[in-house]
Amino acid sequence: MKKTLPAWADVVLIPAINVFLAFFVAGLVVIFIGEDPIRAMQIMINGSLGSSYGFGYTLYYATSFVFTGLAVAVAFHASIFNIGGEGQAGVAGIGVAIVCLSLDQTHWLLTLPLAVIAAAMFGAAWAAIPAYLQAKRGSHIVITTIMFNYIAAALLVYVLNQVFKVPGSMSPESRRFGEGAQIPRLDQMADWIGIELSRSPANISVFLALLAAFGVWVLIWRTRLGYEIRAFGFSDKAAVYAGISPVRIIMITMLISGALAGLMAINTVMGDLRRLNLDSVLGAGFVGIAVALMGRSHPVGVILAALLFGVLYQGGAELAFEIPAIPSQMILTIQALVILFTGSLENMVRFPVERLFLRFNRGRA
Amino acid sequence: MDLAELFQLFDSTMRNATPLLLACLAGLFSERAGIFDIGLEGKMLAAAFASAGVAAWAAAPYVADPFPGQISGLGLGWTAAWLGVMAGIAASMAMALLHGFASITLRGNQLISGVAINFLAAGVTVLVGEALFSMGGQTPQLTGGARFIGLTLPLADTIGAIPVIGPFYRDVLSGQVILVYIALLMVPLTAWILFSTRFGLRLRAVGENPGAVDTAGISVTRQRYAAVLICGVLCGLAGAYLSMGTSAAGFVKDMTAGRGFIALAALIFAKWKPYPALWACLLFGLLEAIGSKYQNVDVGAFVIPVQFMQALPYILTVVILAGFIGKATPPKAGGQPYVKER
Repeated sequence: MKKTLPAWADVVLIPAINVFLAFFVAGLVVIFIGEDPIRAMQIMINGSLGSSYGFGYTLYYATSFVFTGLAVAVAFHASIFNIGGEGQAGVAGIGVAIVCLSLDQTHWLLTLPLAVIAAAMFGAAWAAIPAYLQAKRGSHIVITTIMFNYIAAALLVYVLNQVFKVPGSMSPESRRFGEGAQIPRLDQMADWIGIELSRSPANISVFLALLAAFGVWVLIWRTRLGYEIRAFGFSDKAAVYAGISPVRIIMITMLISGALAGLMAINTVMGDLRRLNLDSVLGAGFVGIAVALMGRSHPVGVILAALLFGVLYQGGAELAFEIPAIPSQMILTIQALVILFTGSLENMVRFPVERLFLRFNRGRA
Repeated sequence: MDLAELFQLFDSTMRNATPLLLACLAGLFSERAGIFDIGLEGKMLAAAFASAGVAAWAAAPYVADPFPGQISGLGLGWTAAWLGVMAGIAASMAMALLHGFASITLRGNQLISGVAINFLAAGVTVLVGEALFSMGGQTPQLTGGARFIGLTLPLADTIGAIPVIGPFYRDVLSGQVILVYIALLMVPLTAWILFSTRFGLRLRAVGENPGAVDTAGISVTRQRYAAVLICGVLCGLAGAYLSMGTSAAGFVKDMTAGRGFIALAALIFAKWKPYPALWACLLFGLLEAIGSKYQNVDVGAFVIPVQFMQALPYILTVVILAGFIGKATPPKAGGQPYVKER
């Protein structure tokens, strides 16, 4: 395969054009609705970055998206499309709740690591069955993970109603976690060192997310396993020829992917809701797809894209409040456009850019 | 459970199965031509919105001289509903074209395109709905000519007097809206197109071995676009049924509620064949009917929770995909963009 593009064009130029196109079309939608896109943008940026309160929410959303984005990204490196982050994170919430409900008489320093392990294990377990079926039986993992999202949703409702529901209560949710399962929020942590921040749900999981991103970088680019994952993703036939076991790679990659998606539950269930209910994931698993595509499956890109989506989610909520004519579904639309332009329509920009570079290089030679 | 109750269950099975069947056949055309389509859900949703919106507008009274801000309808009678169906099909086909452009012309990832289409429909329907009707993303309630009502089949009451099969004819087969019968007719039609026409042979061929079709001098691109557009038409009918043929009588946000994925499940369950698709959709429709009629099913020794009934279509699909009960083999060239050799 001949390289027609310099690295910077591939990594920066094309994604930038694609994201610009996505937002341009989103702006057209706003104009069509009869509102001012520039004003809408100002409200969004102000609402998400303009105050420590808004920024706290932005960080809180971004934390979840880093986890789900990394989950999709790791699988992408092995050319596996894990669309099941939503279900994996949902099931991981059950694991987090079990740990929190049984240990909330102790201290969060003990509960947190155990909850992290539980979240990762439950998430990985929910990814394991589709992974096994893909690796051993050749069942298409995209379809099985979609199916597992729905099965997870049903399971969650069942568990909430039959196991966790407080006797006498009508709402399908667990009891509130006690002191020992409440991890510190960022504003509380800032308070320790004497900085005053407004209260927001951003919590210690932010650091866990950064740690996870660093871990993924080490795994993919600095370990033998990561090399095998990338080799398998590039060409499964060549990988088999090189002695790499497809079953092993598919299983390990999906377990890691599921565990990463599962960690999201720490941020939402333990960090904000402090109980298990039906609101622990709310589509964040799907946002991970957009984040991974936009971030080009690189941890740094994923963090940046997750922040952008954090801005969109928090800013979008403010926007819906300020201009009721632009409901929060605007975010869903932007998300769709980002997936469309950076994902499936990528070649619409890539082909002409490649041609341009080819002509330019020929002119110089 | 007496007979009347059973037939009531079958009646709702028919109604539940109709959108599934239309979407399932839509997916059948697309996937048999080698284009994976996980965007059935989005196309259905867009169609449900467009058809309900246009039907409501077409049936609204005509105002010759509207004051500023007032929108005049068309004042149509029963044709309003059909205008709605047309709009639904058009919206669904527009999305199908987008999917085709991404996956055929640009050779992009078909799965990612499908995901994008689902989100796009979920977002845009509410945005546009809010802008047009300001009802929180809903369309106005459809009344009169703007919605479909049940048709009484000939001799329903005469035949209904016959024991057992009579009430079945009267209560289950008769009294459905016309789109239900269209959906049922689509099954033999699909089977005939796919397996008895030259078009169908070529369509299946581009899904199995596009290179061979290309060698024979037939355009793979054109064939695949045709399949994707047919998929759009059928998804349009499915969406129109949801918003105009059911008791919802209007569009509500996210009203497809995962039906696109159940249709996808049915497609796999049916191993990409039209008649099995009918049975799969009826089965999943029955499961939905049982799930909504009885909360928890008591089978004596233990109680089957309603959540299990809801999850059953998905569990069955996974089992089928795993190949433990008969192997489901998708079309060989599915999901791969065709690159002409140079």
